[in-house]
Amino acid sequence: MNPAYSVILFTTASGAGYGLLALLGLVGFNHGQASSLAFGLTSLVIALGLITIGLLSSTFHLGHPERAWRALSQWRSSWLSREGVAAVLTYPVALAFGAAWTGVIDAPQWIGPLGIATAIMCAVTVFCTGMIYASLQTIPQWRHRLTVPVYLVFGFATGVSLLTAIATVFGRFQVFQVILAVLLVAATLVLKFFYWRSIDATPARFTTGDATGLGKDVRQWEVPHTNVNFIQKEMGFVVARRHAEKLRRMVLILLTLAIVAALLSHFVMPWFSFVMAAASLAAAVTERWLFFAEAKHVVNLFYGSTAT
Amino acid sequence: MTSLPTSTAKKLGLVIDLDTCVGCQACATSCKEWNTQGVSAPLSDDKPRSAEPMGTWLNRIHGYEVREEGRDDARIVHFPRSCLHCETPACVTVCPTGASYKRAEDGIVLVNPETCIGCKLCSWACPYGAREYDYPTGVMKKCTLCVDRIYNQNFEPEDRIPACVKACPTGARSFGDLGDANSAVSQLVKERGGYDLLSEMGYKPTNKYLPPRARRDHVTFAEPLPKSDGSAMDRLFAWADKLMTTAKASAKANEADNADKLEG
Repeated sequence: MNPAYSVILFTTASGAGYGLLALLGLVGFNHGQASSLAFGLTSLVIALGLITIGLLSSTFHLGHPERAWRALSQWRSSWLSREGVAAVLTYPVALAFGAAWTGVIDAPQWIGPLGIATAIMCAVTVFCTGMIYASLQTIPQWRHRLTVPVYLVFGFATGVSLLTAIATVFGRFQVFQVILAVLLVAATLVLKFFYWRSIDATPARFTTGDATGLGKDVRQWEVPHTNVNFIQKEMGFVVARRHAEKLRRMVLILLTLAIVAALLSHFVMPWFSFVMAAASLAAAVTERWLFFAEAKHVVNLFYGSTAT
Repeated sequence: MTSLPTSTAKKLGLVIDLDTCVGCQACATSCKEWNTQGVSAPLSDDKPRSAEPMGTWLNRIHGYEVREEGRDDARIVHFPRSCLHCETPACVTVCPTGASYKRAEDGIVLVNPETCIGCKLCSWACPYGAREYDYPTGVMKKCTLCVDRIYNQNFEPEDRIPACVKACPTGARSFGDLGDANSAVSQLVKERGGYDLLSEMGYKPTNKYLPPRARRDHVTFAEPLPKSDGSAMDRLFAWADKLMTTAKASAKANEADNADKLEG
């Protein structure tokens, strides 16, 4: 599948934003009011900013961005629509939580419930994002039981990395952030490792013979057009195996670096949390690019791919 | 509404005969011609006269080399590919706006160009590559089964069929109600063992493909001459035959000679 930069930016930025926002909600639930107005506002603005940038960038790849509001209508059948609805519903909940948490509105009794509600809405939105891909039967690498967990864990891992970095700036660096970061980044690393091992080991489901119904030994003889068409541009992108392996290693190394930086931020100095944030975000972008580039759409069977 | 109708009154669709299709592209070009001016208009082109022409087409004709088990030689099968108007199409249910829909009255799958946001998710959901995005207009295009022809009261009844069916010079394309077991298309499917593409995916395509017929390619050479009856005419033929055989033999010898020289 063609790795469109707008979609990669959207899923990684909003994933990190929702991860951060969810953790702020949990922090509010656990500790009550934000330790300082500046810390509260900054972290909320960064979280909502990342989410908003992501959502806006996702509309860049639309043919008609001005009609984007229509995407909220088909939540009964479409995961993309459900994601849109969840994203829109998260805003008022998050803003209400933010107002109570930072003390802009004096309602300390609401911080806990609103914090939990915000965290749940964030998780639901990222879950829907993952389901858009996991529900597509046409792409075996996406219709995988680890697709949604990876989306969720990557969101939380990048979110907690950002939280730790922001907390460092405001002198609120705490050991629980490091523990959480190490656990989440390690979980991401493990899930991604098993995901790759699994898609490599899964045999192709269909051949060109299956797709055309013409038997076992079917080869492309003539393509229908002299130049690439939309189908090939959108669905025909395949990353070279050697290239993919290099990028996979890069993701695993970046995640390992994030874990090491998390430990250093506790044992040496808190500013290493910035290295952790940078490494985990870079890992997320690379991983998301690969998620698209390694996905093989069934339609390629009609265009000379022998098995998907 | 992108939720699917539980059933459709009719199941209009195409039956494509892979045995008689000669890959002439007439269906593809007539489809493009009709649909760039009808309800699907425009089917945009990008630099059509350049070295890298691109454009939106709703029907694509592939060619495959098919080798049967236990045979050394292959044969060519021409393979038209367009929307199959599935009974349970994923392209419709994934649509976030309701622009994609399946009609309850005849089962035709359509896109409303007024509400399509051009997110392309439907094209990802379709295993058959039936939907093509029209870059300049920013909306998804697909086969409409010529919905603006088949119900067109201004047309003569024989013209109320999809443009591709009308254009096919070998009769490889048939149009009709596949939900009616007695229709000509249903009978054809029954008779010829028509099949679904990728039925394992469960989208229940309406369009059916008729497999190529069994091969009839026992190459027959001229029968050997009957024994001579000693007539003058027969002797003449025998003489001519001998002459030609000798000529053939010497040509063969020359060839072998040349081959030796080339190798040397």
